[in-house]
Amino acid sequence: MSVNLTLLIVMGALYACGIYLILERSLTRVLLGLMLLANATNLLILATGGYAGLAPLFAKDTPAQEYNDPLPQALILTSIVISFAVTAFMLGIIYRTWVLARQDDIQDDLEDRRVAATPSFDAEDDAEVPAETSEFPLTMLGSDGRDVSNHPASRRGTAQGLGQDADQPVATLVAGGREMPAEQAAAEEKPGSLNVDPGPEGGGK
Amino acid sequence: MNIASFAPLAVVLPILGAALTFLLIRHSRAQRAVSISLLSLTLALECLLLASAWSSGAAAVTIGGWLPPWGIVMVVDQFSSLMLVVSSAISLAVLVYATGQGMADGDEDAPVSIFHPTYLILVAGVSNAFLSGDLFNLYVGFEILLTASYVLMTLGGTGPRIRAGVTYVVVSVVSSVLFLIAIAMVYGATGTVNMADLAIKLGELDQGTKTLLHVMLLVAFGIKAAVFPLSFWLPDSYPTAPAPVTAVFAGLLTKVGVYAMVRTETLLFPGDTLNTPLMVVALLTMVVGILGALAQSDIKRLLSFTLVSHIGYMVFGLAMSSAAGLAAAVFYVAHHITIQTSLFLVTGLIERRGGSSSVDRLGGLAKLSPMLAVLFFIPGMNLAGIPPFSGFLGKVGLLQAGVQLGTPLAYALVIGGVATSLLTLLAIARVWNRAFWRRPTDAEHPDPVLLATPGARSTGPGAKLNTVTLLPRTMVGSTLGLVALGVALTVFAGPLFGLSDRAARDMLDRTPYIQSVLGSDYPVPATPAAGGGR
Repeated sequence: MSVNLTLLIVMGALYACGIYLILERSLTRVLLGLMLLANATNLLILATGGYAGLAPLFAKDTPAQEYNDPLPQALILTSIVISFAVTAFMLGIIYRTWVLARQDDIQDDLEDRRVAATPSFDAEDDAEVPAETSEFPLTMLGSDGRDVSNHPASRRGTAQGLGQDADQPVATLVAGGREMPAEQAAAEEKPGSLNVDPGPEGGGK
Repeated sequence: MNIASFAPLAVVLPILGAALTFLLIRHSRAQRAVSISLLSLTLALECLLLASAWSSGAAAVTIGGWLPPWGIVMVVDQFSSLMLVVSSAISLAVLVYATGQGMADGDEDAPVSIFHPTYLILVAGVSNAFLSGDLFNLYVGFEILLTASYVLMTLGGTGPRIRAGVTYVVVSVVSSVLFLIAIAMVYGATGTVNMADLAIKLGELDQGTKTLLHVMLLVAFGIKAAVFPLSFWLPDSYPTAPAPVTAVFAGLLTKVGVYAMVRTETLLFPGDTLNTPLMVVALLTMVVGILGALAQSDIKRLLSFTLVSHIGYMVFGLAMSSAAGLAAAVFYVAHHITIQTSLFLVTGLIERRGGSSSVDRLGGLAKLSPMLAVLFFIPGMNLAGIPPFSGFLGKVGLLQAGVQLGTPLAYALVIGGVATSLLTLLAIARVWNRAFWRRPTDAEHPDPVLLATPGARSTGPGAKLNTVTLLPRTMVGSTLGLVALGVALTVFAGPLFGLSDRAARDMLDRTPYIQSVLGSDYPVPATPAAGGGR
């Protein structure tokens, strides 16, 4: 079985460029990288067909070994169609990312960043003073003298102070029998919202 | 005429359904009727296939009249038919759940609904991957289900979903390219892609080439199955999708990867050349996955990490390459598909009822909705492996097989398996304590919905209406059905273990599979390694 060296060198170059490009942070380059990888693979499949022979159209006089192997070409055809569909979908996603975030970069997973930034201290499990278990709204003090009470009455003050100065007038609304800033009420819609930074004691107090 | 010759219908029926629902894109009620009835029909057909594989063993269907080593074949044996039945059962439950959610949220007003066609294409891809008898058709099955999953993952096109979708699509495409490269190399080395034919021809290659092809295939499937060093993408992308979509992904997609790994190990490359690295990878998958789960506060993310962690058990069973280990792995796959899907569906209900899926915001759900608590508690304990549930039985099977093997690495895996089981219990108990057991006011950031409820219930006339839309009967009903299926796996564990055992023996023997494809008088060389006979 003889192989076409040019084909293999082109394939290697395509793989190299493709791998370089998918390691980029820009989505368009990643897409170009994926396209190069898919095409390099198509060349690889073509190379596995072996020696380039006659077109595989049946004629009685031609012996079987003169024909080209048609199966790799059928496989390539399938893989071209699939990579075409995936490329179209990726273009759609890239456009959507551009519309939403006005940038072409891969975004970080915010919840993942939040979990990574959470200190190992867990207010509920590790505090020297146990978390409040009584019915009474007592102010609880942590080991460092900070207020760790989890009763809403005492927390409202600290929660408001996080985002902006407490002096500034804050738009509030009543939810569940207590007042809360409108900003935070909106944030409640999403799990693990980011505008509540995790405090040193964890749990976002 | 054998019932197995209708096997292609398991792929054709969902695709037909996809076409019909696509035509009915503006009539959501008709869409629902078509997709649910066609999927039920598929499930009924697959139950017949399972019964036929149970009674008369493996059978192959050639498509288009091309003879086996060249044409496309579909193979129905005990393992593939069992996977088909379990996967269709949970896809049906998730479909009912999703339509219930759609009806409750008034999706009739949506201009076009692409959920049903895409979902049915996904089911068709999964069935195709399970049935396929040649490597390239397996690749096509993977691509069908992946392309459908790209669309489902980014449904609605919101910011977080697009972000997750990018990671997911890029990782999946890279793994598909690796798979395709492996197929090209396999074809270059042997001149065939038919798996039964490959099972014989790969054995004739020299050891170096064989190991290269083996590693390439395992890496490609390992990305899809989310095995430890290749699992980073999963917890990043699954949790943002809509609840029913995450549920069906968690149940099915990684298991298709595991299925492909099982076929690679038992049919294509029998023997134990890569068993030691696989065992190490299994141990790391279990331990690293569950430690990741303990750090999470969002239930969906936590469950995604337990999903990764429990893939390790299946790889453990596979890597032992003994009949007992493989049988336990087959049982564990069936158990895990059901349990993981029901847990994700319950999390969807928790999110509806409690307004959030973060345990920092939830509290008091056991009092608000005892039904929800039961629905979470049973599969949760099942996942952690508390007796007498099927999770316990599957783990005991794996541990017994590990002790039977008796190598130091196998003992390390037994210890790792027990530790992972206990840590899973810890993770589930944390969710239980925080979301269900404590008072809503004790939550770090209690959700307004939870705090509002007691007042609204006692006074407001709208309270009752509110509860109905929060937990629609179809959604609770389908979740209940899945939880009941999980319990049924426990009750009928004896027959199921019998089936898994036969599937494992037939897979290790290889003769039934190869002879069903290449003809019953085809000479099958003996399995080369020691692992097969046990």
